[in-house]
Amino acid sequence: MIAITQRHVHDAAVPPLAGDPPAADPPSPPPSKDDFQEELVIRPLHSGDIYASFQFRTVWDADFMGDQKVSHYRLFPKSLGQVITKFSVRELHISFTQGYWRTMQWGQPYLPSPPGAELWVWFQDTVTDVDGTWKELTNVLSGIFCASLNFIDSTNTVQPSASFKPLGIGNVTDHSFLRYATLPREIVCTENLTPWKKLLPCGSKAGLSVLLKSEKLFHSTFHSQAVHVRPVCQDPQCRTTSMELRQTLNVVFDLHTSGQGKREWSLFKMFSRTLTEACPLASSSKVYVDVTDNPQGEQFELSPATPLLTQAVVLGDRRTYSVYDLTQQASFGSSRSLNMLLRWKNSHNNVVPPVMLRPLLHSERYVAGYGLQAGEIHTLIYNHHPYRAFPVLLLSAVPWYLRLYIHTLTVSSKGKDNRPSYIHYQPSKDRERPHLLEMLLQLPPNSVTEVTVEFERALLKWTEYTPDPNHGFYVGSSVISALVPSVVAMDTNSTLDRPLFSSFFPCKEEASYFMRVYTEPLLVNLPTPDFSMPYNVICLTCTVVAVGYGSLYNLLTRTFQVDEPSPGLAKRIANVIRRFRGVPLL
Amino acid sequence: MGLLSDPNRRRALIGMLTRLNAPICMICYMAGVAWFMGLAFEPFTLRTYMSENAMGSTMVEERFPAGERALATGREFAAHKKKTGGMPVDWLVRTMQARGLEVYTQRFSRKLPFPDEDKERYMVKGTNVYGILRAPRAPRTEALVLSAPCSPGNENNQAVGILLGLAQYFRSQIYWAKDIIFLVNEHDLIGMQAWLEGYHHTNTTGMDWSPLQGRGGSIQAALSLELSSDVVTSLDLVLEGLNGQLPNLDLANLFYAFCQKIGVLCTTQGKLPRNDWDTTSGYSHAVQTMMLMVLKQASSRPWGDHGLFLRYHIEAASIKGVNSFRPYKTDATTVGRLLEGMYRKLNNLLERLHQSYFFYLMPSLTRFVSIGYYMPAFGLLALILLLRALDLWVQLSSPPTRTTEDGVEVVPASPGVLSILTPLVISHLTGVALYTLPVLSQELAVEHFPVSETEAVVLTAIAIYTAGLALPHNTHRLLAGEGTEQGWKVLKLVAVLYLAVLLGCTALINFSLGFILALTLVPLAAFITPHVPKTLSAVVMVILSPGLTLLFAVFFFQELQETPVTLQEGWMLYLSVISQGILDHALYGSLLYPLAALLVYPCWLLFWNILFWK
Repeated sequence: MIAITQRHVHDAAVPPLAGDPPAADPPSPPPSKDDFQEELVIRPLHSGDIYASFQFRTVWDADFMGDQKVSHYRLFPKSLGQVITKFSVRELHISFTQGYWRTMQWGQPYLPSPPGAELWVWFQDTVTDVDGTWKELTNVLSGIFCASLNFIDSTNTVQPSASFKPLGIGNVTDHSFLRYATLPREIVCTENLTPWKKLLPCGSKAGLSVLLKSEKLFHSTFHSQAVHVRPVCQDPQCRTTSMELRQTLNVVFDLHTSGQGKREWSLFKMFSRTLTEACPLASSSKVYVDVTDNPQGEQFELSPATPLLTQAVVLGDRRTYSVYDLTQQASFGSSRSLNMLLRWKNSHNNVVPPVMLRPLLHSERYVAGYGLQAGEIHTLIYNHHPYRAFPVLLLSAVPWYLRLYIHTLTVSSKGKDNRPSYIHYQPSKDRERPHLLEMLLQLPPNSVTEVTVEFERALLKWTEYTPDPNHGFYVGSSVISALVPSVVAMDTNSTLDRPLFSSFFPCKEEASYFMRVYTEPLLVNLPTPDFSMPYNVICLTCTVVAVGYGSLYNLLTRTFQVDEPSPGLAKRIANVIRRFRGVPLL
Repeated sequence: MGLLSDPNRRRALIGMLTRLNAPICMICYMAGVAWFMGLAFEPFTLRTYMSENAMGSTMVEERFPAGERALATGREFAAHKKKTGGMPVDWLVRTMQARGLEVYTQRFSRKLPFPDEDKERYMVKGTNVYGILRAPRAPRTEALVLSAPCSPGNENNQAVGILLGLAQYFRSQIYWAKDIIFLVNEHDLIGMQAWLEGYHHTNTTGMDWSPLQGRGGSIQAALSLELSSDVVTSLDLVLEGLNGQLPNLDLANLFYAFCQKIGVLCTTQGKLPRNDWDTTSGYSHAVQTMMLMVLKQASSRPWGDHGLFLRYHIEAASIKGVNSFRPYKTDATTVGRLLEGMYRKLNNLLERLHQSYFFYLMPSLTRFVSIGYYMPAFGLLALILLLRALDLWVQLSSPPTRTTEDGVEVVPASPGVLSILTPLVISHLTGVALYTLPVLSQELAVEHFPVSETEAVVLTAIAIYTAGLALPHNTHRLLAGEGTEQGWKVLKLVAVLYLAVLLGCTALINFSLGFILALTLVPLAAFITPHVPKTLSAVVMVILSPGLTLLFAVFFFQELQETPVTLQEGWMLYLSVISQGILDHALYGSLLYPLAALLVYPCWLLFWNILFWK
């Protein structure tokens, strides 16, 4: 089969308004150019599950960082644009995830995200009060996305020194303008999806976004939605910048629970909708199906068949995709709707047991020990590359109520001590800020690196417990950022027109690619008082202290003597008279 | 407190307490025992009720359909077990994978301190197989465990079958919020210990195990299933865990609620709940059930595979299928539905089980006695010790003055520290010998006597225990002078307070053990002096000693279980119980053996010393 690299011909789809060259007339700002692309990638996974990844990209050649106010919005959502302008945001990355990405069964995701909510923001260097701006920004975003982002405060915010570099242009190194926070407990549901969909130019009316029906999206094994805003180069020479907004949504559907044992997938089965048109505002609207494991069509059958194939280097591997271009009427066929169908060929009776994958990099984290006094956090990082060592950056932000004993930090690979070449540790302050531990580790080939650190569980004040204290307290995911050796040469030419899912992380060299892995969040039980009868306990304690302790103290510290009562008045007078008379006193 | 600050009234109170000391003590003892026996009387106990909101009102539907298929899987498992002559690891891995679980194995090995003759094992090597059902859209923070042991012979095949059947059924459901771990453990408790230590990455007993590859976060609850027949007449709930720990009462309530809903006979201690509390037989039934629980709890050993979970603050219980001659049988589908219902409710939990009681006794499955009700029984016994201590204290602080021939009043010299310290130290050294020597000297004993290692250990322990009785005749040789009247009183004061603290602490952790020890040790502590008739008292003391208490407990337990034994069998059982106790300590960290050897026995020796005070 010949791989046909397909040329994009989307000039026709660009709206005429956006085609104008920038005029040089300062009083009336030039009509800025904006562009919208949408894309869906479907990847059958090893385990038999199916992975669908949506990406919506809006690029706008507006200068948010300049002094001019941006006021005319077309494709770019105004709510987000105003926030970016008001808080002088350079880059904003926010993700809401429900579930944990199973690297051992699914391989790597196109865009990783930790369970719960994650938010990281680079502010412009003009911001003076970064903490104050951050606080306001989280509250505003909380309203926009209908999420509990307002729970982000100084106790769960960190400033990573190395792990989170800007993904857009601009080489900022002063990490005092960076804020990173996770809310591992955040539950993601329909109320977060609706505002996210409203940011799209077509809403959920047309294009790929008609597939985003919450009753199906939340009937899945994994669900993640994200918004990434960053400045990107407008042209290869990078003379001017434009703002890029990427909205991504990743979802994994389960074969067992919804397929009733049948290995067969269709758009309709996944989303209970089919595609009928592209978003009219989109310059490109495509559906990719990963057919790499199916070069001769022997594993599964894809219908309707498409002659278009494209290849892309993604996550260090060259993959082949079938492409359906929704801007072409031909894609929809005679039925005027596109409903891709994947049908596996082998009999369903003996479904092959899913074999565990050996991804190049993966990790595990757990709490060791028992009892409510101390514990140990173990982080295991696996390098499954047979002969290449590579460096990773490990970031863990641990809440203050786990008091880390940093002197017990050990890092070992293959039974030997592995000295991190860089350690950045910021100790916690009670009720103010969390621990931040960043390390640069070299992972030897084919090895497990174990990072352990002991901690003590703090006893909180009684008002600081959550309403469900016996559920436990969450510790957010650790982040492992790595440059992983690539099997094939990576595409470093950023100007080439590539599918969106392969072009998110900037790639600087051919031999390796950037990857981020999130570990599991931890659930840790703290010593918890019995809250069922605080009133009784308080009363009883106070009584015991007041009565028991007081009198006992009295008994122990005083000596008692029998005191003769003083004589009465009559007796005293009688004694005075007796003294005069010279007779013995009474 | 005003009573005590007034010297006159204080004097009067103390005078009364010392004068009426013996009668008050008698009354306290009888009141304590009566209170304890009253705990089994139904009007005095509370009916169990579900405290946890998340498990109470929410209804779940049980739809598990595949009991027959589960039994077929169990038979297949049995065939493979027979073929491999142990755990069919490969088959289990394949079967679990085919059911859509993430499957991992763990190897472990353990060399016992001496051969276990009951279970015929010494060098133990095995593999645990577990499969994790990942809950959809859950971040791997919480998990539930269902375990079934892979037992030798034809035991528990049906349990593994139902476990695999449930795994398959659970896998196709969407409502799970917690990961569910299906564990098949080899070598019962040793395998469970290895798995739990591996999961929590601790090593308390020096076992070798390979690290676990997959985890599911913090385990919220666990059930262990034991089932050896295709149909059952009733299900028995086992709660007693290591060191007398019990799971939260809500777990028992949950089991009872589902048994009622599905219509399965359920028991605890193998005894059905009865309604005729007002008859003698009904009351004695409740007493028997409660006494069985007390004896099991006092034994400090795990009475099922669930027992080791409790150390990690994981609420766990064992469910055992009983197949007796009753006519009504329950099939595997129903057992599966019961478990499904329990797991769905546990899945609904928002917090760990914590609402209900952790300290309780159960005179039947529907009734319970909480810590507030049973502690007074122990308190009354402990009060005796305090009263005796007060009496001794008063006697010591106002020493009787003797008048010598010259008419000079002589205050007897207070006894030297040495005369008190010597018996204390020597008794404790005997305790240390009892704790360490049996296991250490087994090889020596095997060389010189025609016994097996296990017998050597047990007989050495008994020998050291008996040798301790000769102590009082020898400790005095170390002393400088004669023991004085004051001397034994001080020693007794120390011993009585020591016993009070020891029993108090024990009863807080393990009420049953504390109460049984108090029942035997308190009377002798109260009335032993050097002036009582020696031979008779010595016999009484030996009968009330901790070692013989254990012997009586063994007979009593067999009697309660309706499997009475002859004297000969009882003695053999006694020897095996001692060896099991030592093994439990070495393998799982049970604290009964060190407690008895290092603290209770030396304390008893102190009283023995007082009896033979010269």
